[in-house]
Amino acid sequence: MAKINDSETLSPKQQLDLKNKRLVRKLLWMLLGSLLFAFALVPIYDVLCEMTGLNGKTKNSASVLAEAKVDNSRWVTVQFTTSVMPGLGWNFYPKQSSIKMHPGQIETVTFIAKNTTNQVVVGRAIPSITPGIAAANLKKIECFCFVNQALKPGEEKEMPLRFFVSPKLPVDVSDMTLSYAFFPSVDEGK
Amino acid sequence: MSTTTVAHHDDHAEHPTGIMRWLTTTNHKDIGTMYLTFSLIMFFVGGAMILGIRAELFQPGLQLVNPEFYNQLIGVHALIMIFAALMPAATGFANWMIPLQIGAPDMALPRLNNWGFWLLPPSAILLTLPFTLALFGIGDGALATGWTFYPPLSVQGGIGVDFAIFAVHLLGVSSVLGSINIIVTLFNMRAPGMTLMKMPLFAWGWLITAFLLVATIPVLAGAVTMLLTDRHFGTHFFDAAGGGDPVMFQHLFWFFGHPEVYILLLPVWGFIPQILETFSRKPMYGYKAQVYSFIAIGVLAMVVWAHHFFTSGMPVPALLYFMYSTMAISLPLAVMFFCWIKTMWKGSMSFETPMLFTVGWIILFGIGGLTGLVLADVAADAQYHNSYFVVAHFHYTLFAGGIMGIMAGVYYWLPKMTGHMYNEKLGKVHFWLTAISFNFTFIPQFFLGLAGMPRRIPDYALQFAEFNMISSIAAFVMGLSQLIFVYNIVTCVKGGKKATDQVWEGAKGLEWTLPSPPPYHSFTEQPTVK
Repeated sequence: MAKINDSETLSPKQQLDLKNKRLVRKLLWMLLGSLLFAFALVPIYDVLCEMTGLNGKTKNSASVLAEAKVDNSRWVTVQFTTSVMPGLGWNFYPKQSSIKMHPGQIETVTFIAKNTTNQVVVGRAIPSITPGIAAANLKKIECFCFVNQALKPGEEKEMPLRFFVSPKLPVDVSDMTLSYAFFPSVDEGK
Repeated sequence: MSTTTVAHHDDHAEHPTGIMRWLTTTNHKDIGTMYLTFSLIMFFVGGAMILGIRAELFQPGLQLVNPEFYNQLIGVHALIMIFAALMPAATGFANWMIPLQIGAPDMALPRLNNWGFWLLPPSAILLTLPFTLALFGIGDGALATGWTFYPPLSVQGGIGVDFAIFAVHLLGVSSVLGSINIIVTLFNMRAPGMTLMKMPLFAWGWLITAFLLVATIPVLAGAVTMLLTDRHFGTHFFDAAGGGDPVMFQHLFWFFGHPEVYILLLPVWGFIPQILETFSRKPMYGYKAQVYSFIAIGVLAMVVWAHHFFTSGMPVPALLYFMYSTMAISLPLAVMFFCWIKTMWKGSMSFETPMLFTVGWIILFGIGGLTGLVLADVAADAQYHNSYFVVAHFHYTLFAGGIMGIMAGVYYWLPKMTGHMYNEKLGKVHFWLTAISFNFTFIPQFFLGLAGMPRRIPDYALQFAEFNMISSIAAFVMGLSQLIFVYNIVTCVKGGKKATDQVWEGAKGLEWTLPSPPPYHSFTEQPTVK
């Protein structure tokens, strides 16, 4: 049976319980906030990479040729390197190891891929550019990397890349490397 | 009146005995004891694993274990030492000492507290079970990616990765529950008159740690969950072919991983000054400066993560930012080093085992901090990244700075917790053996790293043979001398010279006003702090 003096002595304890509950609720909100933040970091990271060229990511869609003023005053060397990821039975290499060009000048280079297996294989090329700061300045007009590439058994295919280097490229960058890694396609329907 | 009611309640408080006492306990001292015991056991499990590694590295070539098993030992050693040895030890101290230090009858959320502990043994089992399963031909053993779970390796790995992911989930829930409990206790349960700026430094260290845990553990949980869905549910968070990015995992992981370093160290930084003032018989120097340093480090810890992967590729401005912000952490740390030394300065010092560990700790942790500055330098890091220099550096911060600090705390508080004095002579032997063998284990590893020996490889070039041999022998001495530690603790629990209430001549703080050992329910009358 609750006596009057019991409720008197309990009341600070009840107050404390209430105070504790409120603080716990706040902390749980904070916890939820950090969890949401963790997942929000995925799109944030993508946007940041595209904006800054962080990690050599480029826009994976065609750039329009706005004001392609060729800057004849300087040269840029673009080197090409390729790799084939495990699980893709292809040979893949650039026809030319590098190209020297003026910023603003449009060039076409060719990569060669050959399916060495006896079945149809679909692959997807993922580009990466070093240094990262140059990534935003390499503009592709047409690229085999925009879509999945299917090769029939034993088929060899020339894959063209049409691109230019933006004249906005920082002056201290005179060399850049464009790397393509061919992965087995993960979404063969597309 | 309130005192009599509480005392009355105490007399009738019946708690179950035997195993049920420990399974159902909500008493902060019982839970603290369980945390500390669990931590000690896992310390030996993790230690046994690394002795397997050191035995393999005793000579060049592959003698004892195959490379796959070697990789598993390395990753699980790290996870166990961090999540199952060091963190539970700090939480154990928090459970035991925070209520005593702030004059509270118990933790604020005792039932949550019980649950927080009992999540730990299942997660330790989850982590190590794949080793056993592999013996029966199920799966290919435990996590073999190193404790950092980097994809694409962790996406391709066997069932060990899945077990480790779930273990990390459980460990995360456990430490978040513990943190919430500690924050609520510290905010709501302090004795009347104890303002935040009068709180013992250990409580302050834990307050910052708890907030760091609440802020960063969910990011780790999120990252490993993405890994899990990448592995089994067709997502491509970290798969470049599907539009993801493996480097993003490194950002997510270290957004948790770097604060984790301070999560491990802040509780130690909390009680080290208390030990110093006790054995220097002099008030602590710079209490406020140390509190502000804790806060500064807590904030900085969240914004420096990318220095763990400078070599993964980043624009130069990002490299510079992470380099300078990392180096900035040494400023509040320098303030703390200054305060520690000034506390001892012209004090009437005596060197009982806790003080020996503490002074040794200051020197060794200093080496760990200074070598960290070397690694923070982007230009130097390009050479030292993933070398044994890094291994030696973080063992100076986490074994010396973490575990030896915890040992200082164990010797300091053991008489209070058990009511008996430990064997002082054995304690000193334990200290000297540990400190000397620790240096002989890890100083050679600095040289190995500078000479270019990479970490996480079971074999090495012949020129590294001598240093590895020294390191392995010292590691075994260090491992075996921890048996003295266990023997000393066990004998101290069983009996020994009675400890006084104050235990140490210069000890200050509310926990030393209680009898040794403190009664099952401490502070029947809440103390007031002036």
